[in-house]
Parts: sequence; C-alpha cells; structure tokens
Amino acid sequence: MLDLSQYQSIGAALKDALEQFSEEVCLIEADREREKDRLTYRDFKDRAQPLAKALQDTVFAPGDRASIIMTNQSKWLISAYAAFHAGGVLVPLDYKLTPDEQWQLLKHSGARVLITEYPIWRQLSAAAAGRSMAPNVGTVLVTEAPASADLGGAQRWEEFRGNGEPTFVPRTRQELACIVYSSGTGGRPKGCMMTHENYLEQCVALTSIYPFAPGVRYLSILPTNHAIDFMVGFFGPFICGATVVHLRTLRPEYVREAFAKYKITYVSLVPLVLKNLQKGLQARFDELPSGKRKVFSAIVAVNKALTKSRPRLGLSRRLLKQVHEPFGGELRTIIVGGAFTEPQTLQFFYDLGIPVANGYGLTEAGTAITVNDLKPFRADTVGKPLPGMEVRVVSPTADGIGEVSVRSKTIMSGYLNEPELTAEAIVDGWLMTGDLGRFDAVGHLQLFGRKKNMIVTEEGKNIYPEDIEAVFESLPVKEFCVFAANYIWPQRSMVGEQLLLALHLEPGQTYTDELRRDISVRNSKLLNYKRIHGVVLFEEDFPRTASLKIKRNALAEQLAKLDRATAFLPL
Amino acid sequence: MRTLEQTTQEVLDLASKHFNVPAGSLAPEDDFFKKLGIDSLQTLEMLSRLENHFGIELPDYEVQGVSDFRTLASRIQSRL
Repeated sequence: MLDLSQYQSIGAALKDALEQFSEEVCLIEADREREKDRLTYRDFKDRAQPLAKALQDTVFAPGDRASIIMTNQSKWLISAYAAFHAGGVLVPLDYKLTPDEQWQLLKHSGARVLITEYPIWRQLSAAAAGRSMAPNVGTVLVTEAPASADLGGAQRWEEFRGNGEPTFVPRTRQELACIVYSSGTGGRPKGCMMTHENYLEQCVALTSIYPFAPGVRYLSILPTNHAIDFMVGFFGPFICGATVVHLRTLRPEYVREAFAKYKITYVSLVPLVLKNLQKGLQARFDELPSGKRKVFSAIVAVNKALTKSRPRLGLSRRLLKQVHEPFGGELRTIIVGGAFTEPQTLQFFYDLGIPVANGYGLTEAGTAITVNDLKPFRADTVGKPLPGMEVRVVSPTADGIGEVSVRSKTIMSGYLNEPELTAEAIVDGWLMTGDLGRFDAVGHLQLFGRKKNMIVTEEGKNIYPEDIEAVFESLPVKEFCVFAANYIWPQRSMVGEQLLLALHLEPGQTYTDELRRDISVRNSKLLNYKRIHGVVLFEEDFPRTASLKIKRNALAEQLAKLDRATAFLPL
Repeated sequence: MRTLEQTTQEVLDLASKHFNVPAGSLAPEDDFFKKLGIDSLQTLEMLSRLENHFGIELPDYEVQGVSDFRTLASRIQSRL
C-alpha cells in the first residue's frame, strides 16, 4: 500500500499506484458469463492517458468539473482517473435518476464535461428541456455508442484521444476533489464538496481495518457514484494494487457466479441485497432433509462458539465448506452500507463464518464514521469510531440518547452553493448527522432512529419528503404535505421507514375511493423507492410562514398529537 | 413472429405463474412493483425468467425506470 501521508491528492496517489503495481491486474469486467476485459495497472494507464491528454488539449482546465453518469464498469474508473490527472473535480451522479433529475444536478454542479454511456445518453438527450437548462455542459463523451448512432452533438469516448503525454496537474489536500450528491433534486440539491484530504484520510482509516493488497479481489456492485464504492471499489484497492471486478448485469444468478469464478475477497452490498442473500441461503438450508439439517445446525453452532471472540476464516471455511464454496472460498468480509442493517441478518452471516462489516456513515462525513472491528463481532451496534474520527452524542436524554455529531479530517467542506444548509449541518466544526445514537460501555455506537425529516431505504437511497411533493401538485384537496412517518412519531428504529401524505381536505370534502385512486396513480409515477405508504387526514389549516410556505416542523408537531395506529391510512 | 399483444400476454402469464398470483388478475397497465409486491431484486429475477422464455438478452439499462407490464413487453418485443 502507498503511504498516503506523502500525498496531496487522489490523482497523485493513483498516478504512483499505476506505476508501482503496473503488472498487477487492476480491473476485470464481465457481462453475464462472458469476461469482456482484463486490465493490468499498466493497461489502465495506457487507456487513461490519451483521454486525459484530449481533455487538456480541448476543453478542460484545472479545477473544471467533469461529471460521470455510468453503470459500474472500467470506463467509469478510467474517466475518473483522467479527470483527476488533468486537475479536474469529479461529479459522480447516480445513473438511476431520471434524465430530468440528472440534468438538474448537472446544472447545479456546474460540470463542463459529461461522460456517460450510450443507453443513458439516449435518454438524457431525449429530455430536451433538461438539456437546455444546463448549458454549462459543453462537452459530452459517450461510451459504447453503436456505429450508426446519432449522438446529437456528443462525441464518442473511444475516439476522444490526445497524442503524447498529458501533463499531470498537482492539487493540494484542501482543494476540491469531488462533488457528491447525498440526496435531493428538489428545491435544494445537496452537493457535498469533498476535498482530496477527505478521501486520503478516509482511505487510511478504512484500510487499517480492512486491508487491500495485490491478489485481493473486490466485487463492485454498489454504484460507483456512491461514496462507499468510490472508496472501496476504486481508490482503496487501487492504492494497494488490488483487483476490482465489474459486472455489466446485476442479475442475482450472475452475481452468484462471479463470487466463485473470481474468488472474491470483499464485496459491498446494501441491506436489501444482503437480506435477499440471507433468504436464499435460508431457503437452501430449509430444503435439507431433516437429518442433514440437524447436522448442519450443529456445525453452525460449533462455528459460532469457536468464533465468539474473533473471526477464524480458515476454520469456518473448513467447517462450513458447502456454504463457503459457492462464495468462492476466499470471501473475507461483506461490507454493508448505505442504510441500516438488521442485527439478525448480520448475526446470520457471522454464524456461517462470513463476517459482515456493518458500520455507519454519511456522504457528508466522507463515507464511514464507525465500523465494526470484529473484535469481537457485535450485531447490535454499528461499531466503534474509525481512527481519526471524534464522535459525540449531543444533548443526551436520561437514557443517553442524543444526536450523533462527528469531527474529523474526512468531513466535507460544505454543500455546494448552500451556505445556510452548510451552517445547519456543520456547527463549530462538528457535523450534525441528524441521527440519534448512544455509546455503550465499551465504546460501540448504537443507533435509534432519525431526528430529521427524511428516510433511508434498504437500497441506501436518502429521500427528503419535500423532493417528491411535485407529483401531488394540483391534487384536489385544500393542502397537502409529505413527511417521514418516523419524524412525526419517533419509533426509535432505523428500519421500516415510511413516507406519508398529510392531507387537509376542502370543507365538506371526504376521503373517497376516487381521491385514494388519484393519489395511487400519482404515487405510481414515482420511482418505487420514493413512494408514499399512506395518508393522514388533518382537519385544520396547515401552519404557514408570512410568505405562505408550510411550517413543516410546526405541522409535524401537530400531527404527532394524532394516534399513529388510527390516523395512518395505508394506500 | 409474435404481436405485441401476444408478447404482453405471455409476460403477464409468466409473472402470475412465477409470483403465484391468480391468472387473469394482472393487466398490461399494472405497476408490477405494486401489483406483485416485489422489490428491484425480484424484478431482476423476473427478467431472467422472461429472457429464458423469449430466448433474448435484455440488458439492465433497457428496463431502467420501467414499472408496468406493457412497457416491459414492448422492450422485449423490440428484441425479438
């Protein structure tokens, strides 16, 4: 591993990694059962340099912003490196957003260059209104476009190549490396401004617990625009000479195959996928004949006893060969992130000899704040603060629960163009997370729900209710407002979060089937993870400011007086 | 060559069989997430079944943002 204390920027560290590990395999890309590409670090450099040179020769000046909207693949990382080499700032965006949302964020970020894949560009270029909104995007590079495709002014990524060596543009630790959108495309997109130091420090902290090295293979499934995959599926493995495996389809059967085929060492998953994996394994165990099932359960119990104080991977792999072989037999840890994972899921895998690195983090904090160090494994907490993280619980109640706040060199410098939001989020150098937590006697952090009006889905999506109100505009009611149910009625739980639509009907109006259907139809226009789960009827005027904006906090306080069990009408 | 209507019907039949819902209870305009109560991962499983049935490959990006049977069937139809 490179000594990151010697480096000023992501680009400088990556540049040296490409030299130091030139003969190691850095990327493998597979599509279904077919391996499409296998690159050494030298190959990677050979592909990235002409792109960096072309960027420098044409449109891109140091400090300019380049956005990437791509699925996980080698060209994502090659493009990112080229941008860093040229001294650029990266704006990784979620390929699952709608084209309009993507254009909004492209505009907000001020990106000059967009690098994307053909299927995504097809949709983006069809959203003409969106495109006209973001004239800042002067250059569009499109990968894998068919020869006959009309790219509507965009250029082919494969043909955008400069001749000769690109100039490496140094950056300092305090300069901006990435703008990462933690959520929201509504009124106030939250673009986290992450510095080079944020990433360098986070990488040192994480690799001290989960080390990478040549020969280690990371399966990249979480979108690379996500802070976790950017760190453990790109920067972390690269500065250690490890290998990243990309799959062009995420069908469960091909993901399963990839574990064994590429003998995966680490993978990051969202809780939803982990739970699905658990269900699949449990179904397999349940199908065993009664006698075999008893023997299997006994072996699991033995493994559990022998790994009580620490994981013993070699032993677990021998004891539970039939479980470990389909995973390739070399899986060290499943990293789970993006949302809260239920303790029983974590325990299920640990008992099988597959440690799950559960932790807690926010994009704003530079990925992870706490992580379970497995000494010993604890399913009921999100672990201890990573090295370099100061974590405290603010204004705790009698039972020790309060808002978790964090101070470290990994905390973002602020939200892009949002000084007010930044001032709310970072107070005297401490990031206020909006999550409620408590430390136990041995320094493990336990979480108890959210203080803010938002939800995080099991797929790791942050949703702010105000961002989804547009689809309910002109709903034939007097007024409406969307909330996170837990914000109104705190459950002290990090799972099962739901959104609700508070309705104030017109005088004499009733909540009819027709109105319910209207809400359902509008709801179905939202992506499935953004949908509301139920309705709450409120009989008074919503409290409003002088400029007639709804006072959400005041309304939430009034709604909280209603009994959730009877007031919440499921859709 | 199947018509779009035939393809749509076969998609509905296969979905009702795979997720154990009564035949005839699904309509082309139905939102399959909601009607079948499935998540994004189960949708990917359904796509694999459909690929095997129709003998095609349907890239993940083709079904990005699709949530109703009719649109899904039209994406399949374009690859038959």
